[in-house]
Amino acid sequence: MTNSKLFSRSGWRLIGMGLISLGLVACGSDSDTESTYEYEVTITNLTAAQPFSPVAVVLHKENWQAFELGESVSEGVEMIAESGDNSLFLQDVASNEDAYSGVSGAGIVGPGGSETISVEAQASGTISLSLVSMLVNTNDALTALQTVNVSSLDVGDAMSYRLRTYDAGTEANSESADTIPGPAAVGGLREGFNSERDDVRDEAYVHAGVVTQDDGLATSTLTQAHRWDNPAAAVTIRRIQ
Amino acid sequence: MKLGTKLIPALILASGATASVAADFDVTIQNLTRGTYFTPLLVAAHPSSASLFSSGEAASANLQAMAEGGDISGLASDLDALGATQSNNPAAGLLGPGASATASLNTDSAEANTLLSIVGMILPTNDGFVAANGIEIPTAPGEYSYYLNAYDAGTEANDEIRGSGAPGEAGYPAPGPIDAASGTGGTGVAATVEGYVHIHRGVLGDTDATGGLSDIDSTLHRWLNPVAKVTITVR
Repeated sequence: MTNSKLFSRSGWRLIGMGLISLGLVACGSDSDTESTYEYEVTITNLTAAQPFSPVAVVLHKENWQAFELGESVSEGVEMIAESGDNSLFLQDVASNEDAYSGVSGAGIVGPGGSETISVEAQASGTISLSLVSMLVNTNDALTALQTVNVSSLDVGDAMSYRLRTYDAGTEANSESADTIPGPAAVGGLREGFNSERDDVRDEAYVHAGVVTQDDGLATSTLTQAHRWDNPAAAVTIRRIQ
Repeated sequence: MKLGTKLIPALILASGATASVAADFDVTIQNLTRGTYFTPLLVAAHPSSASLFSSGEAASANLQAMAEGGDISGLASDLDALGATQSNNPAAGLLGPGASATASLNTDSAEANTLLSIVGMILPTNDGFVAANGIEIPTAPGEYSYYLNAYDAGTEANDEIRGSGAPGEAGYPAPGPIDAASGTGGTGVAATVEGYVHIHRGVLGDTDATGGLSDIDSTLHRWLNPVAKVTITVR
């Protein structure tokens, strides 16, 4: 695996923009190798009571990834994981030379619900697709698809994946109504993003699931209904162009 | 279990590899759980006629010793008798949450060893273990990823309290970091021996560090599958 990740906002965005400008100039003399790739990404929420935050979909080079298991996540990923807000993540994508394009779904994808999101890029060589979304009735749970090679898909063809869930490792899993932004946090402060990192360790890992008040966690605002198992989502990627 | 399956046929076709079954490769195992530890891992390439266990069937005595106490010596002897290529205990002890360890294997002089198996006990559990049960070892150079599930050996009741790592004795062993993160004074979860190897149902745990049913911490030691990532890098 590569260690390529999103970099912090300061500095790298300017550098990235500079490189993109250079890249565009370079592409001008090499445009015959570039094509338009367009995909429709359909995500279905397979959980009982965990709405998904607006889904961020990214087309990128093989050496970019949204986050790496066992490593600290970027602030953009932390913000999705804790609040569901993907704006910083997509800003970082827009300024990263290894990412072609990034888009957000229109809104929340509720339990049992689906959304189809279109994403396209002018690119050559290998094109990978990733997506990230928060399970909003949690402290910092994500579902994600990481670095699927979509450049070999023929127009009209599709492939399907089942997604598991991850803990961003950025927020303690108190499950309290003060710290969960979703609708399960009745009567609480519903805090979203908080830059403090206070989970058992500051690394992404496979989510252990929620404990809930029904299973004895006194601080939890969640009930048994908010539990889930893997897979938490189904994704179909269809190439349109 | 295999995320890499879509990749493998493409790579094999690309290289035209068909005849050679020997491989020189690294195996990296990463613990993906929130708070469990893996005991010394058995990492072995072995003939396709062998397997360490079969889901739905009773565990062997040597699998039981691994799953209840982390002792892989019996399984290693079994595999030695079959001419397996082994590189055991790559973490030189416990493999903690989030941590990785890499073993190197070479089957150039043992071409019959076409399957990779990996097992290690998951702590704290009574008889839970992480397993790859006979992954077909790719031969074309490249990087291949697999995700492993947690199994229950079915040899010990999951009472979830501290106890013994000896086969047939109740409770789970609690070396260093397990001792530090486990509760005490649990009265024991009412459970029975299942009798066959199966996908682990997970631990119950509780939030009472000095009592309750379980000595396992429900906010730290639970997991959902997969519990480990394996990366095979073929040279």
